[in-house]
This record gives sequence, C-alpha cells and structure tokens, in this order.
Amino acid sequence: MAPMLSVKNLRVSFPTHRGRVEVVKGISFDLGRERLGIVGESGSGKSMTGRAILKLIRKPGLVTADRLEFDGIDLRSQSDRQMRAIRGARISMVMQDPKFSLNPVMTIGEQIAEAVVTHEKLGRSAVQERMLSMLEAVRINDPKRVAGLYPHEVSGGMGQRIMIAMMLIPGPELLIADEPTSALDVSVQAQVLDIIDNLVMAKGMGLILISHDLNLVSRYCDRILVMNAGTVVEECAAGQLEQAQHPYTRGLLAAMPVINETRDELPVLDRSQWAGT
Amino acid sequence: MSAIRLDNLSISYGDTTVVHGVTLDIAEGESFALVGESGSGKSTILRAIAGLAPEWTGTIELLGRARSHGVERAVAAQCQMVFQDPYGSLHPRKTIDATLSEPLAIHGIGNRDKRVEEVLTAVGLDRRFRFRFPHQLSGGQRQRVAIARALMLEPKVLLLDEPTSALDVSVQAEILNLLKRLRREQGLTYLVVTHNLPVVSFLCDRLAVMRHGRIVEVADVGLLKREALVEPYSRELLAATEGRGGVLDGAA
Repeated sequence: MAPMLSVKNLRVSFPTHRGRVEVVKGISFDLGRERLGIVGESGSGKSMTGRAILKLIRKPGLVTADRLEFDGIDLRSQSDRQMRAIRGARISMVMQDPKFSLNPVMTIGEQIAEAVVTHEKLGRSAVQERMLSMLEAVRINDPKRVAGLYPHEVSGGMGQRIMIAMMLIPGPELLIADEPTSALDVSVQAQVLDIIDNLVMAKGMGLILISHDLNLVSRYCDRILVMNAGTVVEECAAGQLEQAQHPYTRGLLAAMPVINETRDELPVLDRSQWAGT
Repeated sequence: MSAIRLDNLSISYGDTTVVHGVTLDIAEGESFALVGESGSGKSTILRAIAGLAPEWTGTIELLGRARSHGVERAVAAQCQMVFQDPYGSLHPRKTIDATLSEPLAIHGIGNRDKRVEEVLTAVGLDRRFRFRFPHQLSGGQRQRVAIARALMLEPKVLLLDEPTSALDVSVQAEILNLLKRLRREQGLTYLVVTHNLPVVSFLCDRLAVMRHGRIVEVADVGLLKREALVEPYSRELLAATEGRGGVLDGAA
C-alpha cells in the first residue's frame, strides 16, 4: 500500500542578515495510517516540519522538497486555494495553546460549526447535531451549555478538547498535533491524549504527534523520529526507545528525572559529542 | 527554627477565596514542594508569602518573624521568588548587569560590581553575559539570570514557582542541578511549586498535595518514591504522571 504521506528531503530555510539559515535540513519519512511521534528540543525543527506539510510557512520562509505527497497529491504544486480545501478537511492540526488558537469573540459552538460549514454543505440543524455529538466525543459534559460559552469561560483542558473537536469534525485523514498538551496540567494531559488516541484509532486516521516529551510520545505512538538541529538523528519503534543508540536520544532520556529518583545529579547533554553532525 | 510557618492561612482575590486555612511548617534548610493541578492555590501561597497577594488572613511567619500585609524590606532581604517564565520575568530593556544590580541599589548595599560577578559565577554564567540583554540569551540562560537575581540579596529562603516547566528536558536537568548545588552551598530553604512529580523526587525532601485551595496530604518524599502516597487524590495525581490514563473527576 502506498503511504498516505510521503516526505523526501524536506528543507525549510529562513533568511537572516548572515544569509539563509536552514532549520530543517533534508528530512525524509513515510507515514501510513499509523501514529508517528516527532521528538526534539526547542529549535530542532520539529514544529517547522509539521507546518511545512500543511504549507503554513509564509514568505520569506522557503520550503523545498524532492517529494511532498499526500494521498497521491503533490502538495508542492497546490495553489493556496487548493491547499485550503485540503487543510482542515483532509489534514488538520492541533496547536499548542488553546488560549491563543481559539477566536475570543465567537462562541465555541459557532467556531466548531464553522469548521464543518467551510468544507461541506449541510443544513443548520444537521450542523448543530454534528457539532454537539463531536463535543460529546471529546468528553464534554453538557455540550449544549458549552457550545454557548466563549473561550475565556472554559479551562485550558476543556479549550484543548474543543480545539480537537474543531479539528476532527470535518473528518480529516491525518491529524498533526503540535505539542497538544504542553500548556496543560499533568492531570489533564493524559485525558486529552487519550481522547486524541481513541478518536484517531476509531477513525483509522494517521497521527503525527510533535512533542519534546520522550515518554509521552513513546506511550502514544507506534514509531518515533528524534530530531536535533534540523535533522533526524534516530528513528525507532516506540517500544524500543529504551534501546535507542544515538547519544542525543540517550542524553535526552537520561536528563529526565524519574519518580523514584536516586541520582544526586542529573546527567547533562554534552553538546560537543555530535555538534559536527 | 522553622523557615516558613503558615497558620490557618486563607487567601482571597477580591470576593473569591482561593486558599482555605492552610497550615504548614517548613524547617530551615528544607526543600518543600507544593503540588496539585492548576487552580489548586499552590502559586497563590507563594505570592502571599512574597507579598504579591496581600488579601490574606491567618499568620505567615518567616524565620520566626510574623509578616505584615504590606511591602517589607526585611522580608525581601530574606525571601526571594523565582518565576516560571524566564521570557516574561526579565526586563527586556535592561542589561543583565542592571537587572542584577537593582536589588542592591534598593537595599543600599555597596560593592555591587564584585557581588554581581560572584553571583554570575555561582549560577554558572560566563562574565561575558553581564552586559547583554535578555533577548540575547537562551531560555536556560535566562532562568539562570532569574535565579541570580533572586540570590543577589543573599536570602535564606527561595520561593520557586514552576522553575523549570517552561524549559526543555535537557535544560531542565541543568537548572535542577544548579538549584540542588546552590541549596547545598548556601544552605537555602526552598518552597517549590510544581506539577511535575519527578522534579519533586529529585529536588525536595517533603511535599504537600493541594486541591481546591486545601492541603490534602503532607508526605515525605520517600513515600512518593515508593509510590505509597495515602490519599486517593494524591494517588490519582501519581497515576496521571505515570500515564496510566488516570482521569481525574472534577477536571472536566
């Protein structure tokens, strides 16, 4: 079976006063209907990879690739108009912070309904019904009441579930989640990820989960790409993360404190080891 | 002598009471953690001790002296706070040198030049950072500056509000090591607010679990390491950290 998404030699660069700087330096991967995790530190290019797939990088940023195909469509040659038909409807993205991604002057119900109406022609009552059942699917109690609220009236965890509802309501085939839980509490994190996980599995979608948290990614993904300074340094199955070989991956794993911590000092990444790569 | 003693402390913002009757005793030299979900009132307690949330009733004692509701210079000299977000807590138009010298100027302490150099060395920053602006530093370097600023007055007590949650894991490890070393070298008392239980395990001696503005459980860190916390809510928090899909009721 052909992969749903195929990326080959993807490069993203931005101009600076010292010339163009590449933030993604030629990465390649294929994605079927599976859950792929992309892990790395700030500045490793993981978010830029996610954005490049949706062609969300604006000028003067420059994206080049030998291949960037989604379901047989060459994304590189799509016009803005054609991309708008793909974004949301077929590939959608959950951003980091619901506080900044929801429209503050629209009710939650209106915003979610807008996501459907943009891509499909549906009667008003059908839209309402779909909106309410979607809110229910992201485990919001009393969806009728919540649909009438404004974003500032809901908590962060609820806001993120609303984002997920909005992203999934047009029925996309691929979901890109960029740090979907880093603005949330631990107690709510697991809940939000479980919801994403259940919906993705139930609908047989593809998922790209972008995060800096290795443990979290290994729990919710099938396969992991570890990125550093714009390149993929290691690729492994999620279950085999413990046996990761690359010093950068090992460093990240070791730097995390654990619940039964006995070390007096945490090992710190020695950046000189792979600085040349 | 206890470093921080809270007795029946209730704190409000306007008409809403967010912390209800908290009693705590933190010994000198201890590292104590407050954990709980957002909105549980843990940061508010720190703000009240630092004097940033003046609407409180009860007693706040610092190193044996009761604190008033106003701004107290003596309290500032003994007790300083480090905030969560190193991008927001440093003045963008002030050099590191100006940021670090200001507390000394306010308190009329001389020999500023030497003191700034000493503190920069203590937090592991090279002296070339001294005349830079915050935007020229990385997140980890900025958090080092924020810690340096808190240390300028040689306080006995540090209030740490989520000191590493805005940082990458690798940088978090550096800052945690730094905090541990500073405490050992300078005999500091820490009151740390966090929702990251592994950080508590690494940095603290005791912890209090908070929920809805009340303390649910106070435990030794050994109990946390053995995952033997007693209260059901603490266990749920532990389960959520371990990623066993612990869904908290009331979080919805």
